[in-house]
Amino acid sequence: MIRTENVSMRFGGLTAVSDLNISIEKNEIVGLIGPNGAGKTTAFNTITGVYKPSEGRIVFKGQDVTGAKPHKITELGIARTFQNIRLWKDMDVLDNVLVACHLRMGVGVFASTLHLPAYRAKERRSREFAMSLLESVGLADQAHEASTSLPYGKQRRLEIVRALATEPSLLLLDEPAAGMNPQESLELMDFIVKIRDQYDLTILLIEHHMQVVMGVCTRMYVLDYGVTIAHGSPDEIRRDPKVIEAYLGVD
Amino acid sequence: MDIATFFQQVANALSLGSLYALIAIGYTMVYGILRLINFAHGDVFMLGAYFAFYAVTALAMPWGIAFIVAIGLTGLFGIGLERVAYRPLRDSPKISIMISAIGASFLIENVGIVLFGGRPKSFPSIPLFDTVIHLGSVSVLSVSLFIPVVTAAILAALLWMVNGTKTGLAMRAVSTDLDAARLMAIDVNKTISMTFGIGSILAGIGGIMWTMKYPQLNPLMGFMPGLKCFIAAVIGGIGNIQGAVLGGFLLGFIEIMIVAFLPELTGYRDAFAFVLLIAVLLAKPSGLLGKNQTVKV
Amino acid sequence: MKRNTMLSIAAGVVVIAAVTLADATLGRFTVRILNLSAIYIILALSLNLLNGFTGLFSLGHAGFMAVGAYVSALLTMSPAQKEMNFFLEPIVPILATLQIPFPLALIAAGTCAGLVAVVIGVPALRLRDDYLAIATLGFAEIIRVILTNTQNITNGAQGLKGITKYSTTWVVWSCAVLSIVFMLALVRSSYGRTMKAVRDDEIAAEAMGVNVVKVKSTSFVISSFMAGVGGALLGHMITTIDPKMFTLILTFNILLIVVLGGNGSITGSVVGAIIVTVLMEALRFLDMPMNFLFIKTDGLPGLRMVIFSILLMIVVLYRQKGLMGNKEFSWDGFIGLLSRKGSARNGGRP
Repeated sequence: MIRTENVSMRFGGLTAVSDLNISIEKNEIVGLIGPNGAGKTTAFNTITGVYKPSEGRIVFKGQDVTGAKPHKITELGIARTFQNIRLWKDMDVLDNVLVACHLRMGVGVFASTLHLPAYRAKERRSREFAMSLLESVGLADQAHEASTSLPYGKQRRLEIVRALATEPSLLLLDEPAAGMNPQESLELMDFIVKIRDQYDLTILLIEHHMQVVMGVCTRMYVLDYGVTIAHGSPDEIRRDPKVIEAYLGVD
Repeated sequence: MDIATFFQQVANALSLGSLYALIAIGYTMVYGILRLINFAHGDVFMLGAYFAFYAVTALAMPWGIAFIVAIGLTGLFGIGLERVAYRPLRDSPKISIMISAIGASFLIENVGIVLFGGRPKSFPSIPLFDTVIHLGSVSVLSVSLFIPVVTAAILAALLWMVNGTKTGLAMRAVSTDLDAARLMAIDVNKTISMTFGIGSILAGIGGIMWTMKYPQLNPLMGFMPGLKCFIAAVIGGIGNIQGAVLGGFLLGFIEIMIVAFLPELTGYRDAFAFVLLIAVLLAKPSGLLGKNQTVKV
Repeated sequence: MKRNTMLSIAAGVVVIAAVTLADATLGRFTVRILNLSAIYIILALSLNLLNGFTGLFSLGHAGFMAVGAYVSALLTMSPAQKEMNFFLEPIVPILATLQIPFPLALIAAGTCAGLVAVVIGVPALRLRDDYLAIATLGFAEIIRVILTNTQNITNGAQGLKGITKYSTTWVVWSCAVLSIVFMLALVRSSYGRTMKAVRDDEIAAEAMGVNVVKVKSTSFVISSFMAGVGGALLGHMITTIDPKMFTLILTFNILLIVVLGGNGSITGSVVGAIIVTVLMEALRFLDMPMNFLFIKTDGLPGLRMVIFSILLMIVVLYRQKGLMGNKEFSWDGFIGLLSRKGSARNGGRP
């Protein structure tokens, strides 16, 4: 599905990510973990085109996407959520999802302003799709509320729904369980597996919440100071001395 | 063009560049600390010139004292401006602060028209600045020689202050991270006031020297120089004092030299700065001496 | 839904009747203010599209208006008029005899302003916030400098006089209504939603597949087209134009309308345009010499602009949302407001 080949990202003198080699097969759920500042979000940003990697190649579905613009990458089928929630705050919940639907609607400025029949049909379909997505996470009742009035956990779910509305094949989740209580986290795990099956997705997720990562991921990569220090199944990672050292610190 | 005319133009460019540099420093300091274009900076410059004019004419002060009073008043005005127009909006969206700045600029200009009259005024001649000095075949006004010297002295003092004193340290801290500076018990408001004060004092000095060189005052005289000096600051790398100086001189030289070598472009003179701005922003968005910044996601 | 459509149609009829009546009965001065309001509605909407709906802060509006005004004036002037205007240097031969009907000239005015926007937008829209503001302001100044210096095309600083007065009440109000309907349709469409997404959070918009560069450019070009049309209508209303007309002050007035009415509100821009235009004319006496019984003043040019600058600052400092915030007028809201007032009068009983 996707692989990164020796991807490095440097800012001035600082190397945030070095020699990242991730490879994910279709329908896998893979975790990316590591202490704060390990370069996980930077890795996401290079994959999604926010940053152009200093070195290396990113190949998605056999196509070189290194340095492509973020919206192009989304069009090719990679969608993401943000660690620090980035909803459009002056728009309601439904509109937040509808903006993401625009990508697949294929209507230009004139067709949509003139409300041509073809546009109306597409708009209706988008609304139905958006509502069904909201329904699946229990947000349908709040479709017309301000996105920022939602409680934190629901905002996170809205971000996931918004990403799903771009109809991706690869979904990148940046700390989806942040700020959730144990009960919500459990629901989230079920939800992640459910959307993977329902929308035929491949998922890469960053998460600090070990219960969640260990619970849903089949494999994981561990970063520390930008370097990949370990990679394997949850059980292997749990026992890896280098991972324990990175997390607990050893004198 | 003969060599004498060429040096004549170099002298012109040097003094114009110095004036631009001086005003550009004020923009760069304020931007560095608040990430805000003080749109009214050019109008503060205008006020400096008028304060000096009224001190010399209406109050009949000797010019030395008049200039000091005018510069002091300009500095106080800058501090007041920040209190009234910018401080209440410190946490507002950028567009709001920008609109407030534009409003302040128009307010000062139009209060200027109401109080000082729309018709231009001439600054009375001060012999020390008005003498023609002959250097070989080049003849320049004495003020054109004073301007670069004053600018150099101010720049040296300023660099010492920013890099060598506690106040300067506080300024650099606030400009790096306002909230962190506050946590480190730096009086952020005082530091910002200080920055506006210093920037406005420089604008005042610039305004006075400008009228020594071009002795016509009008309430809109700050608009164009203000814009151009902001551009100079951006070209040099906004937030960077040496950059502002570099940008100021670059702009001064380009304006004078293009007109000198291609007189048919004289009418387009006010457009050079903008063309240069766009060229620099496209080639190196952070300016010639600026640091690249990455957006945090 | 049905009720609201009928109310809208009724309101439309009332507006048409009011405009007809006003045009027929009111004095020339009042009709002029009425028509100026319509032109300012167009201009305010076009700036609001950038500023309020796409989050692009542009200060270049006067430049696009200038392009529109000159294009339409030059395309509609008769050859004889052109000869009279261009006494310093004859006009270039192609333009000397070119004369097209006003509606076509109006479209050409908008199109040329839009084309200039394409040329300018490519480099400028890469810049953010205040840099964009300065760059667009710079472009507007460059346009003005070019207009002043191309003697054989624009007649330079002398400007153009004797432009035909095509901007009648019907023409300007039709254009204004068309602009309002267009803007409503645009901002409520899928494309309009992507504009708001760019405004609220550009990075999120990009990540959700919005082509940010394209959306910004489209908004910029549409806005410039409208500014060009507005500028042309203004030229055909006051019949004289010169480069000095199109300075930052003009942009400032439009900005004042948008901020006062509410950034991101179409209703706000319409209401703001009418308020500011009426105030602008009503306060004109401030700039003139005054003569109250025994008190005489010489007139203080600039006093009017002092008041408008203070007004702008008060709005921005104390009521950033302006009159409307980013809300729109709706019949439901209107009726709700009326019935709430009514029930308040009945001692709070519904």
